[in-house]
Amino acid sequence: MIAQLNRMAAVASMAFVMVASSAPAHADVDGMAVLETYVDIALANYSDALMAARKLEDAIAALVAEPDEETLHNARAAWKAARIPYQQTEAFRFGNAIVDDWEGRVNAWPLDEGLIDYVDASYGTESDLNGLYTANIIANSELMYDGKKIDASTITPQLLAGQLHEIGGVDANVATGYHAIEFLLWGQDLNGTDAGAGDRPFSDFDVKNCTGGNCDRRAQYISAAATLLVDDLAEMVANWQTDGPARQAVLSGDTNQGIVKILTGMGSLSYGELAGERMKLGLLLHDPEEEHDCFSDNTHISHLYDSIGVRNVYQGSYKRTDGTIVKGPSVSDMVKAAKPEVDQELTDRLNATVVAMTSIADAAENGEAYDQQIAENNETGNARVQVAVDALVNQTRSIERAVAALNLDALEIEGSDSLDNPNAVFD
Amino acid sequence: MRRVQSTAKHSLWVAGLFLVAQAISLAAEPLRDDLDAADRQRVAAVTAPTDDFSRPEAFEAMSGGAGTLTKAAAERSFSHANSHMAFARREDFHLGEALFSKLWVSAPASTQASDGLGPLFNARACSSCHLRNGRGLPPDGNGDEATLILRLLGGLDFSDGGKGEMGGRIATPDPVYGQQLQTRAVQGQQAEAVIETTYQETAFAFADGTMAWLRRPSVQVHSLNFGPLAAETIFSPRIGPPLHGLGLVERIAPGDLQALVDPDDRNGDGISGRLARIIDPQTGKSAPGRFGLKASQPTIRAQTAAAFSSDIGLSTSLFPAHGGDCTNRQTACKKAPHGAQARLGPHEVPDNVLDLVTFFSGNIAVPARRDVSDPEVLRGKELFYRSGCIACHTPKFVTRRSTQSDLNAFQLIWPYSDFLLHDMGPGLADGAGGAGSASELAREWRTAPLWGIGLTKDVSAQAGYLHDGRARDLVEAILWHGGEALRARDAFAAMKKTDRDALLRFVRSL
Repeated sequence: MIAQLNRMAAVASMAFVMVASSAPAHADVDGMAVLETYVDIALANYSDALMAARKLEDAIAALVAEPDEETLHNARAAWKAARIPYQQTEAFRFGNAIVDDWEGRVNAWPLDEGLIDYVDASYGTESDLNGLYTANIIANSELMYDGKKIDASTITPQLLAGQLHEIGGVDANVATGYHAIEFLLWGQDLNGTDAGAGDRPFSDFDVKNCTGGNCDRRAQYISAAATLLVDDLAEMVANWQTDGPARQAVLSGDTNQGIVKILTGMGSLSYGELAGERMKLGLLLHDPEEEHDCFSDNTHISHLYDSIGVRNVYQGSYKRTDGTIVKGPSVSDMVKAAKPEVDQELTDRLNATVVAMTSIADAAENGEAYDQQIAENNETGNARVQVAVDALVNQTRSIERAVAALNLDALEIEGSDSLDNPNAVFD
Repeated sequence: MRRVQSTAKHSLWVAGLFLVAQAISLAAEPLRDDLDAADRQRVAAVTAPTDDFSRPEAFEAMSGGAGTLTKAAAERSFSHANSHMAFARREDFHLGEALFSKLWVSAPASTQASDGLGPLFNARACSSCHLRNGRGLPPDGNGDEATLILRLLGGLDFSDGGKGEMGGRIATPDPVYGQQLQTRAVQGQQAEAVIETTYQETAFAFADGTMAWLRRPSVQVHSLNFGPLAAETIFSPRIGPPLHGLGLVERIAPGDLQALVDPDDRNGDGISGRLARIIDPQTGKSAPGRFGLKASQPTIRAQTAAAFSSDIGLSTSLFPAHGGDCTNRQTACKKAPHGAQARLGPHEVPDNVLDLVTFFSGNIAVPARRDVSDPEVLRGKELFYRSGCIACHTPKFVTRRSTQSDLNAFQLIWPYSDFLLHDMGPGLADGAGGAGSASELAREWRTAPLWGIGLTKDVSAQAGYLHDGRARDLVEAILWHGGEALRARDAFAAMKKTDRDALLRFVRSL
């Protein structure tokens, strides 16, 4: 798979080598140094995500070994802590093919929760065919999935990753990753847009006083999912190490294309993914669970750290979990050299987004969870979320100005001075 | 010519059909009632194929008109909004894009707006089969079927008595398995079957000794979980086509397409062409079919809804069955939980979601041409035009004017397609079984638009060409052409290598 991705990346970077041959307007900032900062931040950020996932794996081991209020609480706290570094890494999506093809394994959403464990029959449908709701992996040692019989007598990482995940070969089946673990730690949030997150009892993991049935298999599942998460993150850390393919793809390609990639990744996460899919869509569909971390009611943290991640890669500065700072020449420096007013505008707008996200997070920490903020009748909450959506849209506009200021992405169409002007538009 | 034969065959089935069909085709679509006389003249002049290959034509680099993507985008070449789309409007584009790549999950799930997958399905997201909005991936011949979809052509639909505009030219579904085989199912349900594609390689030698290898796919179906297929059902394997420029295609005036139809081959070029006539599920009225590999849907919205239904198993206002392609003979599937929520509307995919996906699908920018004034490209263009390729790969149109603000209106576009159905010969015909009454449909394919085709491998290195992705490069794709296209294909095959290279260079510049 990785070899194949490298080939794709190579094709992609060769395709338009004639691009941006004109002298860019930022000659005093070394583009290669900017790319070095970017890959260094990626390595540090994924390493932090890996360390946090290892702590989560340990906390889950403790929960499974001795399920009680405290071990469940600790595991949930470890999950929430793990989201902080991971969400910042999302700024490396949308442009790094290795990340894009891997991301579904760790953060796929929405979740096929009925595939994993019991779900509340009253929650989904008017149908009364209750028997079907138990058609899940935890309750069944033999599965009929994708029309194939699958032996699931022991739930192992190999079963989840090898046989169930991406079972169709192309699109991901959501049986693994942060959200699968989240569902197993919290359970469904049955409160709609009212207060409260999912409320799975610790006894769901207690083989002696089991609730929810199949506690042994649930314990196997969550342990396997935690192991997979650690493995997947370790793989991504390796991708960004010195000879790692993700680092090499950035550093060995066309430098200007690399810079454009950073900016377009920032724009794609800001506008399409975060403002659009994760925020506006929830408002539009009036779906309380069309939020990112719906079982734990931790969505506000995910959104906040996404916006910080975008700012990190622009400013070439990342504050690690241990407080140390990874810093170097940045895209911001390049834009500043070319058009200082555009750099100022983008910097202001990135900060404005973080402020807007912080106010959502503050409201959530004070008892008004993100799903309540997007509820149909909550005008103040809706408006607060809309402010953040607008801020993301504004920063995307500035990102586009930054791309234009660097004069990096125009496709050189030769012959534009031809009398026939093939590049004109008929109207 | 072939068209006349097949129509005559029909007249044995349904007396008088021949005359009726002729009468209908004469009752032509109005010719550009959106234009005044002066504009009509301008449009006629600008869309006439050039015979000057000494330099590029005006406007020709901008394949998609004003919305053309002029940025280098590599693997994201088919992932940008029309360039002239206002920033604010792009919010809807991105929302549609998000929904296009959304993974649907089985009902019931907490994400009430995202459940309803299946019960039978081929893919969980639109983007699974249109990779980065480009083509799907063909089977590898070693057990990985990638994104292959197997459509089922039953008999011919004579529900309009064969007298209507359809003339019985619609395939009925298989009575048990429906319109296509779903090879996946949600947990607890049985998938319909397993598909296995293998290839047989045959060599083709050009006169100069250059070899090409053509791989002929053979599709087998086994593990049929609901009994046998109907005896006359024909397999029609497909991969998803790319999506850029669809909104422009939708705005081509029906009269402009009608004008290209030549059922009796009066101009003697061996090419007839048929304009598909489809009942638009939205209006209930007959409309030209232009979308899909057999031009089986009249609008992007209908095409989108049809794909939601048969590929992902999701209901819409246009195709309201929650079970998608589940037939009445598949009872467990019919009874499975569905994802419609009274609160969100009666369908799994509410209209606002369908509209966003439709808007996204209709506004993906067509990439600009590269190298239009390169001498080799121009020579290739001349060879392409003079070898008869443009008899079906119509270079250009001017889209309809619109009274509403419409980004796709009144644009000079260069799709290199007539969007008509053509008999492409036995080599490309849908196979397996083959004796069914739909066998003449099996030979027909809609001319594939060529704009953007040169960026296919940038978007997805493993993508293949033609309806089932069998062709690994453009040489193979051209050599597979048969039927009405045989003359042009033979002209290519007879060219000397430098000419072939020039022609290919031109096609890659599209």
